[in-house]
Amino acid sequence: MIVRIATEDQYRLPDEDAERLNALDNDAVAAVEADDEDRFHAVFEEMLQLVRTDGHRLGEDELEESDVIIPPPDLSFSEAHHEFNGEGLIPD
Amino acid sequence: MPGLGGRMSTVIKAKINKMLDKAEDPSETLEYSYAKQMELLQNVKKGIADVVTAKKRLQLQQQKLEQQVVKLDTQARQALSQGREDLARTALERKQFAQTELQTLDQQVVELEQQQQGLIDKEQKLRTKLEQFRTKKEVIKAQYSAAEAQVKISEAATGVGEEMADVGLAMQRAVDKTEGMRARASAMDELEAAGAFDDNLTLTEGQDDIDRQLSELTSGSQVEDDLAKMKAELGQGSAPSPALEEGAPAADQPQQSPGGQA
Repeated sequence: MIVRIATEDQYRLPDEDAERLNALDNDAVAAVEADDEDRFHAVFEEMLQLVRTDGHRLGEDELEESDVIIPPPDLSFSEAHHEFNGEGLIPD
Repeated sequence: MPGLGGRMSTVIKAKINKMLDKAEDPSETLEYSYAKQMELLQNVKKGIADVVTAKKRLQLQQQKLEQQVVKLDTQARQALSQGREDLARTALERKQFAQTELQTLDQQVVELEQQQQGLIDKEQKLRTKLEQFRTKKEVIKAQYSAAEAQVKISEAATGVGEEMADVGLAMQRAVDKTEGMRARASAMDELEAAGAFDDNLTLTEGQDDIDRQLSELTSGSQVEDDLAKMKAELGQGSAPSPALEEGAPAADQPQQSPGGQA
């Protein structure tokens, strides 16, 4: 699975991580809905860390389409309201 | 893993489609996206130049404020040595305000430096991907039948299109932030022009809007501390205001004659 962190990099992640990523994404949506800024930033940071530590950065000469694109790491809470709503990373 | 999407995917894919839609025939798509990439590369260069300009402006502002801090401190000493505690207090309030602004500016300059570096990295990466795309495009043209080429091209174009859209997004965010900092810098300029940091300590008599704002913005206790310190240095340790006595380290300070303050 290829994941891009917007404005940062593309990473190749083991497919098993999809479930974990999806769970974190659901948590992030819940935090936004509850208007819990601290919780959102914590969850979002965990999401980014998962991708950065578990994933391998794609080579600069690799042209690949991402399966998942995560919003930019410097996302503000008000921007998060636009990004984190509705269905999860993996829709049913 | 069917239907795996992403938070930003819709936004970025819409951008890619917009970029690639215009061309229908495969080799046209290739040439079109290649031309588009070259265009974007120029934009990134311009974006970097904008960030550098904004940074220089903020650094200039920093220098001005640093000078103001020194000047206001001197003015406060002068005022105090002439027994004008009211003037000294105003000067210290302004000094406090300038110092707070300086801290914000320091932070912003660091942020801009990071953005500048980020964009430089992005430009480098896009350049490499572009080179990769150029090679791939020639291979596809030479080796594949029209039908196969269509598929290969769409893969390559999506991959490079995503990179392009992402660089575009990074650029946009950098520019937005830079704009915000610019606005703040020009607000500082206006404040200065309005006399907030006037050369002469003549503004205190008529408490204007800026003075009121300054008083609200500055932390009173810090000003009192500064005032007490200054008094101690000037040999006025036993201050008339009882509020000052606690924090004033009068006994520890070497006594300076007011004449020493030019």
